[in-house]
Amino acid sequence: MSILPQIAFLLIFAIAGWILYKRVSYLRRNILLGKAESRNDQPEKRWKTMGLVALGQQKMFKRIGPAFLHLLIYVAFIIINLEVLEFVIDGLSGSHRIFAPFLGASYSVAMNIFEFLAIAVLVSCVAFLIRRNITRVPRLTMRELSGWPALDANLILIIEIVLMLAILSMNAADQILADRGVGYYLPVSGLFFSGLLRPLFEGLGDGALVFVERFAWWFHIVGILAFAIYVTYSKHLHIFLAFPNTWYTNLKPKGEMKNMDEVTNEVKMMLGMPTESSTEPPAEIARFGAKDVNDLSWVNIMNAYACTECGRCTAECPANITGKKLSPRKIMMDVRDRAEEVGKSLDAGGPGLEDGKSLLGDYTTKEEINACTSCNACVEACPVNIDPLAIILQMRRYVAMEESGTPAQWNAMFQNMETSFSPWKFAPTDRFNWADKLKE
Amino acid sequence: MSEYKVPTMAEKAASGDAPEVLFWVGCAGSFDDRYKAVTLAFVKILNQVGVNFAVLGPEEACTGDPARRAGNEFLFQMQAVANIQVLNGYDVKKVVTACPHCFNTIKNEYPALGGKYEVIHHSEFLQQLIDAGKIVMKGGGEFKGKKITFHDSCFLGRANNVYEAPRAVIQALDVELVEMKRCRTKGLCCGAGGAQMFKEPEPGKKDINIERTEEALATGAKAIAVGCPFCLTMMSDGVKNKEKEHEVQVYDLAELIAKDQGL
Repeated sequence: MSILPQIAFLLIFAIAGWILYKRVSYLRRNILLGKAESRNDQPEKRWKTMGLVALGQQKMFKRIGPAFLHLLIYVAFIIINLEVLEFVIDGLSGSHRIFAPFLGASYSVAMNIFEFLAIAVLVSCVAFLIRRNITRVPRLTMRELSGWPALDANLILIIEIVLMLAILSMNAADQILADRGVGYYLPVSGLFFSGLLRPLFEGLGDGALVFVERFAWWFHIVGILAFAIYVTYSKHLHIFLAFPNTWYTNLKPKGEMKNMDEVTNEVKMMLGMPTESSTEPPAEIARFGAKDVNDLSWVNIMNAYACTECGRCTAECPANITGKKLSPRKIMMDVRDRAEEVGKSLDAGGPGLEDGKSLLGDYTTKEEINACTSCNACVEACPVNIDPLAIILQMRRYVAMEESGTPAQWNAMFQNMETSFSPWKFAPTDRFNWADKLKE
Repeated sequence: MSEYKVPTMAEKAASGDAPEVLFWVGCAGSFDDRYKAVTLAFVKILNQVGVNFAVLGPEEACTGDPARRAGNEFLFQMQAVANIQVLNGYDVKKVVTACPHCFNTIKNEYPALGGKYEVIHHSEFLQQLIDAGKIVMKGGGEFKGKKITFHDSCFLGRANNVYEAPRAVIQALDVELVEMKRCRTKGLCCGAGGAQMFKEPEPGKKDINIERTEEALATGAKAIAVGCPFCLTMMSDGVKNKEKEHEVQVYDLAELIAKDQGL
């Protein structure tokens, strides 16, 4: 037997591994464009959150229909990867169905489960294609998805369908060959789902069948490797990033905004209070709030890469529901797209962050961030605990403190607060007048 | 001279008394004509139950919440640090407030600036008083047997996971609590959070409070209960916009209890 296929396999595997390594390094660098932030407290709670939300799909089940279809694909993805292990061993050692002799009857049970899952993925992906392209579910057909995001979503579904068809065709051809006693093909009794495809291939000669079987085998394994690389360019990255993303969830009450310690010292000095770091030189303050991706925390950027653009956030956003431009999903896409732009520029020896563009202004507009009610509906809705609100509020800080560019009515509110300690223009001395009614 | 007393922290300190709880009135509770009625209702309940409370009176200032949400961290911290100085000066241990924005800010954001207190929202406080038998419902009020819906405030609900206390308070009344389609974790904002209360909304096809009011009216409720001054304003405006103000009332939880008690 020729060793050529094994060498080809090893080569393909090594190349895919190398590309993946480069891609992961690239993504990691982009995420770390963000500022350092420590989120390693309460590890037990973090593991639990990851277990429930990412592994357990807890928040998906707020919408039961899509959750069920998604669960099928998710379970299939994990379990079919066990079969890929066999593919890899076969590919490297030149064996065929190496696990079959060891597992005996349970091998055909396992194969039937894989085939069932392949059918389940097929059905789910077709249902998802229908939802996106025919029934056109509103959150899946919004403006921000036109172009690449919509194509990306459809491509993933089509790739998954084709990969599943490859597995089923391979098994069908494989079993016809086994029944005919050709070569090393082993009979695996009672493969139900691929059995349904056998009539398609029965008419082919042995040579043609071997070609179909080998082609489907190579197509599937190369397809999976290609898909793994594709994922790093796609919104589909959530299949990996959902896990760290949920682990690094904000565990504080959702209503709490992070204190800007660099402001606290200045405020205390203004009020003539002792400051904690009066002996130290003031820390270098790059910028108040966020204008660009490097002003955000690395967690914010990881959030952006973990977003699969499902739009549950936007569907729950009161501003978006009532026709405002704000879409929390678009905020996440903007952060990712800007991080991508900067990352690509840096790799090409370009100016990176210094390209004269920025997240706020070139991607996200003030009109969008000003429309937010900070209601946390988007944060609550996200199946992988992404926090668009944190990003919006950091951009608002930039606008208020670096640009003094808040809407005029907010500036008036600031002025009232400065002069009369209330957002409305009332005399502070009148604050207790409400109690006069009780004294009458 | 009225039967109700509203002692200030300054008066309490002068007489050497340390009140059990500080009632943080908030700007809306102090200045908003409609919401002053809520402040009075809550004060009457505190008097009736005999809670040893006090207010800051003229020493209170805005918590800074709208400034912080609008991006002005300097102004927020100026307000916060000054308030914390006052609160710590009186050695305040426990704060109750009827405003979820004040509640969220004092509870979650003041600790980072040195203000650490036990902070509860008046819905939780009322629930505790009911559970302890200190408020005994008379149950014969104007809403007896009628439908009331509760509108979740974002800063109470999603921001701080307080969903059940306000519902427990409503259910203690002899009324039928009906839920809107979007409630609890999925509750729709009234449109005023994040400093939106203080500016016109961005261009769109509808105002958020109208969307929410339509949903509340669809329940057939005779009253919309709220636990937040901004929600009260937004929902009242929404009901007026729909010309339903004669059929459907918007009340704060404290008002519902005060009405039941004949206060």
